[in-house]
Amino acid sequence: MKQEKLDKTPARLDFTQSITGLILAIFIMGHILFEASILISKEMMYKVTIMFEGYYFFGETYPGIISFLAGFIFVIFIVHAGIALRKFPDNYRQHMAMKRHTLGMKHEDTYLWIIQLSTGFLMFFIGSVHLYMMIAEPSDIGPYASSYRVVHEMLAPLYFLLLISVITHAFIGLYRLALKWGFMEGKNTKVSRARYKLLMRVFIVVYILVGLASLAKYISIGLEHDYSAGVKKYESQTIKMENH
Amino acid sequence: MSKDKAPRILKIDILRFDPHDPEDFPSMERFEIEESHGMTLFIALNDIREHHDNSLKYDFVCRAGICGSCSMLVNGRPTLACRTLTSKLDEHITLAPLPLFELIGDLSVYTGKWMRGLNEKLETWIHDKENELNVDKLEEKMEPELADEIYELDRCVECGCCVAGCGTIQMRPYFKGAVGLNKIARYHLDPRDKRSDEEYYELIGNEDGVFGCMTLLGCEDVCPKDLPLQSKIAYLRRMMLKTAVKN
Repeated sequence: MKQEKLDKTPARLDFTQSITGLILAIFIMGHILFEASILISKEMMYKVTIMFEGYYFFGETYPGIISFLAGFIFVIFIVHAGIALRKFPDNYRQHMAMKRHTLGMKHEDTYLWIIQLSTGFLMFFIGSVHLYMMIAEPSDIGPYASSYRVVHEMLAPLYFLLLISVITHAFIGLYRLALKWGFMEGKNTKVSRARYKLLMRVFIVVYILVGLASLAKYISIGLEHDYSAGVKKYESQTIKMENH
Repeated sequence: MSKDKAPRILKIDILRFDPHDPEDFPSMERFEIEESHGMTLFIALNDIREHHDNSLKYDFVCRAGICGSCSMLVNGRPTLACRTLTSKLDEHITLAPLPLFELIGDLSVYTGKWMRGLNEKLETWIHDKENELNVDKLEEKMEPELADEIYELDRCVECGCCVAGCGTIQMRPYFKGAVGLNKIARYHLDPRDKRSDEEYYELIGNEDGVFGCMTLLGCEDVCPKDLPLQSKIAYLRRMMLKTAVKN
């Protein structure tokens, strides 16, 4: 019928927003658990750190790998944020329309979107700071180095805000993603939605608790450890590195 | 109503405005009426018109949730007044007309005009060039399951609740809304409609269509007919993506 080609961009944008969100959410689920290794022991956290620095693959550590990974995540983060921007209210009239609607409706999933919007906006800034630091100073990760950063470089407030925003954003995002594309929906979609929502709530609570516990642990190490001789590398009891 | 308990006095605040009167401006007016057993908002509004103010404008036809005329914002949420029991509400009730639609006066809005525009834009009728307008020809048979599935989506009464409950459309009025997307899902299911996936993509494969939906699910949660809107929008999204990848 029509000769012109279909404009595929809207489909591409929608899909890219979803897939980058999915990648970032999965990344965060791993990230919070890996950093929580400090709750087991300093030794455990050290082992996780050197694993990401490639020790178990190459026999020595390359913090550059962390820079590369953080850079990769940063690119996905920017693409996701850039595409998601098209959903933001982009003028005062739209902003007021949404505000009036949200306050009038008192509807849970509309609130969830408002949370997505606010946490997303917040993370433009605090997420970028964190990612840039990881790219620039990849070797400053470890039981003592991370704790120093948290306490003495005043990053605890930033990490606290980032933790709350990223966890709520990620799990609300996954819930909305499942409903957006009809992922694994059962015959009764009301039941599958209720299940997804329950899962979302459980994950948000569990991950925030785990994240806060780790942050508290880093703060306590940062406060107790003696940094008078500078931030020295953690000395492992089991792994001896020749070039360190 | 049990004998030992005095009936509640409902305080109903109604947003009054006549857009055709240049002197008038929007204001809330309170009416107090006695609640009766099994009272719906339809009965309450009739009571107000009969005993308090006969100039109150609101729409009703079937008073049984079939015609879709009596949709309004009840305490901020769109719903059908005839299916809303006052006993389920607090004694203080706020009523306002649906947003976005042309206001006729008070609670009465012109949903029909908006819906007609939408239907014309989306061409919500069977497209079959080969058998155009042959009313004598017997229709092809259809599996009962498929007929049921189509009928399920055809239950939409165009009341406009999903439109008023949608945050996306409040911000971006060109968005087709769940009512439009549901209709496309309905015609896409129908084997008598010969439109290709590409032709459907032309209709809704954009940000005024399915890719504009932000999954706030207001539509799904306020639909008085309980249509599976979330699941149908997801289905269209997958289908449109597939069409884009295929081309």
